Amino acid sequence: MKKIIITVVGQDTVGIIAKVCTYLAANDINILDISQTIVSGYFNMMMIVDISSSRKPFDDVQHELDQIGDEIGVQIKCQREEIFTEMHRI
Amino acid sequence: MVNIHEVIETNDMIEKENLDVRTITLGISLLSCISPDLRELNKNIYDRITTVAKDLVSVGRDIEKEFGIPIVNKRISVTPIALIGGAACRSEEDFVSIAKTLDDAAKAVGVNIIGGYSALTAKGMTKADELLIRSIPEALSVTERVCSSVVAASTKTGINMDCVRLMGSIIKETAEKTADRDSAGCSKLVVLCNAPDDNPFMAGAFHGVTEADAVINVGVSGPGVVKTALSKVRGKDFSVLCETIKKTAFKVTRVGQLVAGEASKRLNVPFGIVDLSLAPTPAIGDSVADILQEIGVECTGAPGTTAALALLNDQVKKGGVMASSYVGGLSGAFIPVSEDQGMINAVEKGAISLEKLEAMTTVCSVGLDMIAVPGDTPDSTISGMIADEMALGMVNQKTTAVRLIPAIGKKTGDKVEFGGLFGYAPVMPVNPFGCEDFIKRKGRIPAPIHSFKN
Repeated sequence: MKKIIITVVGQDTVGIIAKVCTYLAANDINILDISQTIVSGYFNMMMIVDISSSRKPFDDVQHELDQIGDEIGVQIKCQREEIFTEMHRI
Repeated sequence: MVNIHEVIETNDMIEKENLDVRTITLGISLLSCISPDLRELNKNIYDRITTVAKDLVSVGRDIEKEFGIPIVNKRISVTPIALIGGAACRSEEDFVSIAKTLDDAAKAVGVNIIGGYSALTAKGMTKADELLIRSIPEALSVTERVCSSVVAASTKTGINMDCVRLMGSIIKETAEKTADRDSAGCSKLVVLCNAPDDNPFMAGAFHGVTEADAVINVGVSGPGVVKTALSKVRGKDFSVLCETIKKTAFKVTRVGQLVAGEASKRLNVPFGIVDLSLAPTPAIGDSVADILQEIGVECTGAPGTTAALALLNDQVKKGGVMASSYVGGLSGAFIPVSEDQGMINAVEKGAISLEKLEAMTTVCSVGLDMIAVPGDTPDSTISGMIADEMALGMVNQKTTAVRLIPAIGKKTGDKVEFGGLFGYAPVMPVNPFGCEDFIKRKGRIPAPIHSFKN
């Protein structure tokens, strides 16, 4: 399993999750967990996904999600899980 | 599994509080390059660096992208060149040709700085050491990316005062040769006591002779992260203050450890150490001075500053040491003047003097760092300032360093501008009383009594 954390930050609008999920499904990326919260008035969503079945290189996924973010006016970031687990888990 | 709040916290550190990995430094041994033929030596050095470091920058960029953590610098340190060039170099010009080779190799692999144009002279100077030292002004004026360091003292050997005297005039000469660039050559030249073999930070990085063929050392940063964490515990007691610094340092260091491990794996070069340092930059909010003010001093330099810095330095180490399997390098808070907006402000307000900076260096790494002094400061006074700092390091068994910039043609209150990470610095006043007779004495200051531990 190769876990990636996708974060979406921006103004809440209709269809953000739908758009991201559609892209992930089309690229065989499995969603393991989704959570969301509002911080300082901004919509924050986090997805933990597994990209081990996807044939698309991580680089491309990062780039294409970034473009989707631009289209719907939110910032979408993709980072490998270890940056968070290393920092917050002993 | 990680939760959303942890993810937001990490990304806020990176995006809002300037958390970054300050440097991945690839140490490369050049011992196998030694040849009595200068042309062959230069070719060997160029080939070795461009082979071992060919993927350093691209691997650094890949790690940045995948983890979403900026890696500000990718750098190289090499074996002290006085050792490498000794057999081939008969003149200062011969050594300068090696500096040019290092510069060319750095440009070829795309690193912004290469360190190791160095001499280890804590007890005495070989002929090669002296030739290299005398070549430094020319070497730093004709190269862009080469950094130079000279080790002039250690707790075990004492202070080599012949070297200290020589460095006073070498620093001045370097300033004069680069006067058209605000004496910027001196920003790449440092004199050290108790220099570590595995320091990833410039200008004092070199690949020590105790090291393997190649090694990855990583320097972390994060003054902004510590400051933000402390702003949430204003007015709380010291135990809360210390806990907060430790926890933050742990998190920051874990990122360094992760990046170091990844870089080591991808470059197939062993991991050396993580340097637990709070390294500021001129960016707003990336300042060690701001942390001291958050701890409670009105302006850095005010009474209480040294104690606050001692506390900060110690807690950073205590928090960081558990986060990494190997810790080394300089490991402590840096207080360079030009590279820290809070320090610059303190100097401009008159809150901090050279003497207070010297006192602060007894409790943190590294020394009188990136400090501009008037261009007419006598050579012997510069040597005196070096000697003082070497004595602090020698007696306290710690690394200390001096990176002074005599700003040619400028006086107290003027500014020198280096740009980028080097920042700008107001020219600080120097004690007008001299020390020429002290510096004129030949020989060395013996090692202190507590160095005889056997």
